[in-house]
Amino acid sequence: MTATKIFSARKIITMNPNQPVVSHVAVRDGRILGAGSLADLEGWGDYELDTRFADKVLMPGMIEGHAHTMEGTLWRNVYVGWFDRTDPDGKTWSGAKTLEDILARLSEAEAKLGDPNEPLSGWSLDPIYMDNQRVSRQDLDSVSATRPIGVLHASGHILNVNSKALELAGLLKPGVNHPGIPLGADGLPTGELYGPDAMTPVGVHVGYDRAMTDCDERGLLDYAKLCVRAGVTTSTDLAARLTEESVSMMLDVTARTGFPLRVVPLRVFFGLTAQECVSYVLELKEKSTDLLRLGRIKAVADGSIQGFSARMRWPGYYNGAPNGLWYTPPEHLSELYSLALAAGVQVHTHTNGDQATQMALDVFENAVRDTPSPDHRYTIQHCQLADAAQFAKMGKLGMCVNLFANHHYYWGDEHYRLTVGPERAERMNATRTALAANVPMAIHSDAPVTPLGPLFTAWAAVNRITASGRTQGEGEKISVDQALYAITMGAAYTLHLDGELGSIEVGKRADFAVVEDDPTAVDAMALKDVPVWGTVQGGRIFPTSEL
Amino acid sequence: MNPANPPASSDTAPTASPLPITVIGGYLGAGKTTLVNHLLRNAQGRRLAVLVNEFGSIAIDEDLIEAEEDGLISIAGGCICCSFGNDLIGAIEDLRAVKPAPDHIIVETSGVALPGAVVASLALMDHIRPDGIVVLVDGETVIKQSRDDYIGDTITRQLLDAEIVVINKRDLISDSTAATLTSALTDLAPSAVQIEASFGTVPLNAVLGAVAVPAQGSVASGGHSDGLFESIAFTPDHPHDVPALAEQLATGPLGVVRAKGYIAGKDGDIWLLQTVGKRWQAERLDHHPTTQLVCIGPKGQLATDEIRSLVQPTL
Repeated sequence: MTATKIFSARKIITMNPNQPVVSHVAVRDGRILGAGSLADLEGWGDYELDTRFADKVLMPGMIEGHAHTMEGTLWRNVYVGWFDRTDPDGKTWSGAKTLEDILARLSEAEAKLGDPNEPLSGWSLDPIYMDNQRVSRQDLDSVSATRPIGVLHASGHILNVNSKALELAGLLKPGVNHPGIPLGADGLPTGELYGPDAMTPVGVHVGYDRAMTDCDERGLLDYAKLCVRAGVTTSTDLAARLTEESVSMMLDVTARTGFPLRVVPLRVFFGLTAQECVSYVLELKEKSTDLLRLGRIKAVADGSIQGFSARMRWPGYYNGAPNGLWYTPPEHLSELYSLALAAGVQVHTHTNGDQATQMALDVFENAVRDTPSPDHRYTIQHCQLADAAQFAKMGKLGMCVNLFANHHYYWGDEHYRLTVGPERAERMNATRTALAANVPMAIHSDAPVTPLGPLFTAWAAVNRITASGRTQGEGEKISVDQALYAITMGAAYTLHLDGELGSIEVGKRADFAVVEDDPTAVDAMALKDVPVWGTVQGGRIFPTSEL
Repeated sequence: MNPANPPASSDTAPTASPLPITVIGGYLGAGKTTLVNHLLRNAQGRRLAVLVNEFGSIAIDEDLIEAEEDGLISIAGGCICCSFGNDLIGAIEDLRAVKPAPDHIIVETSGVALPGAVVASLALMDHIRPDGIVVLVDGETVIKQSRDDYIGDTITRQLLDAEIVVINKRDLISDSTAATLTSALTDLAPSAVQIEASFGTVPLNAVLGAVAVPAQGSVASGGHSDGLFESIAFTPDHPHDVPALAEQLATGPLGVVRAKGYIAGKDGDIWLLQTVGKRWQAERLDHHPTTQLVCIGPKGQLATDEIRSLVQPTL
């Protein structure tokens, strides 16, 4: 028999309604032997008592239900975002608050580059917090006129580049006629590039090529460090291409001693038929290990709200922008759902606009009527603008939702003022309505779009504060308990992993978040500030101080 | 990429001229793939490079395929075909390494793509020249589709971009339905000329322009596989106000779907004249190719006499 270790803690929040709070948890073989009082657990036989968490609070390891491991890769570039943000090594980069700050930070990084042709890449720029001050190619030329420079916006939908980058792409010329490439008074591109069509030809010259959503080895290792810092023990990688090469890299990395994260990558439904996609993930599923769970599909119905590419129902965008784009037409989604339901493969579907949500629900209702699958747990991801009727429909159809709670903090003011207007901005990411309609719910960061951090995400759902400090959607606030459930059991449920993860309960994986304060006792406004000491993953201990 | 090997060309344009790209759009089921197969089967010696976006295996008729390697399908007659997934620009860059270089690129977009946006992006590339937006519609279903809550605006935005609308599956609709459809499409696709087809049998020259020039003065329907199209060719010696001529050919009710030629201008230079649908282009050249002009249009609609007197007023 292998050794049993019993951890004591100041408090253990279990998410098990039969014993919501306990004092001890016993671990054997990486799994939870039991939770309860020390007396309850002593009956399992010999044990070693570990009191290192005597002044800490344990909760189930947090589960990020919608993020992208590319956040780990992006940290090799220069962070120029408005908000303070912590990198994989624990350094907190203060927010860059002015154009001068941004240029100074880029210049500092530029000075450290050896090869004069190596591109300089920045990320997470967001001019909306700086009175929409535009960054021109001339601004970036002041950092370097000879080295290509590109700075990606936080939304991922805009890229700013310098003159050298435009020149390398052959675009530093008059007469460029493209809706995504504004021209300056001199008739030349200003250096702002809107949308993937305009970004792609220049992106390759500034370190943002088309494969950038695929994480590499170092990126995955760095992403896992970010997870430990956030108390996350399981994370999705929600839109991976999962080439043979990247799957073998992920199998290798996740099998290494000391790798602290369970990764759940979803194969994105692009570039292959529904039949090929389903067959491929069924093949991949056979390769799954405890720390790499393969076999799910992500579909993308539409674009993004702030990029005006989300599909909206009437009356459309508040500023009158034309309706967005279908990324996957209804016919293809229908075929995918039918084949995947028949094969027992789960599909998560990105919808941002309410028309995209409606389309997915309509198509799914038909598919599931033809191919009943009582425990499908098909999940709508983002689902930001769904109304009560749509949540009611999702509840009846047995669907789950993963709402983008961070969004109304980071872009809520923009949605209120510009994209969808006050009324719909108030109901965006309607967590309370979803729960009232009995829709199993998770909430997410979509890292790197917003920073990984489920406690922050929970805070955002509880308080619904925007970046400017307004409360947006009082009626959609949820309780701290509901939010903590969403980032543990809620997310586990959307992945069919609720039998293994999400609570501290006999038989489950020994995955804990170790925090310095009791998130259920602190002021709700302080939830995001509860310090994370580290994690326990499969019984292995990962303090942030030793990453 | 090898700059020492500029794209060859089967027409008389100088070899340094950019590679023409025709974009074929239209919603799922409109018949884009059938049209592409038809073009490959009737390429008339031109080396076509077909880039398809539709999901999955490329649906090229098996009997056309000579070889398949690294995702590149070789077709009888020197044509090639590959899938570009989400990376059209990259796929076109890759084509530059293909030898012998293709004469013409055809891009078959996804069913939800807006072909005008695709062309705007392609136009950012230096060594290619957008050569027409062809949008296919399913004659049986397009009106219903254009009113659909989900896809209606995708259909209408595709049609707004069109320079040539191919009303496909004509065999499945009655003459009166076709008349109603033609009138509706005149509103939905105001910059396009309409041509009818069944099973995607549209002549290569109507889709691609850049026509190989036949013998002078001939009116030919040969080479137009279904006999629905005809063309008229000239060696015009009369100097023209070339932009004005181009505009008349494109927008006058002359039944011209495409025209291309080298025309002497009143300024003494030779101009390249091209029309696609109702759009036209006239460009002064710095060299002097032999003057020639070819116009193509639906048989019976191509106003050959009017075109002749326009182009050769002294004859």
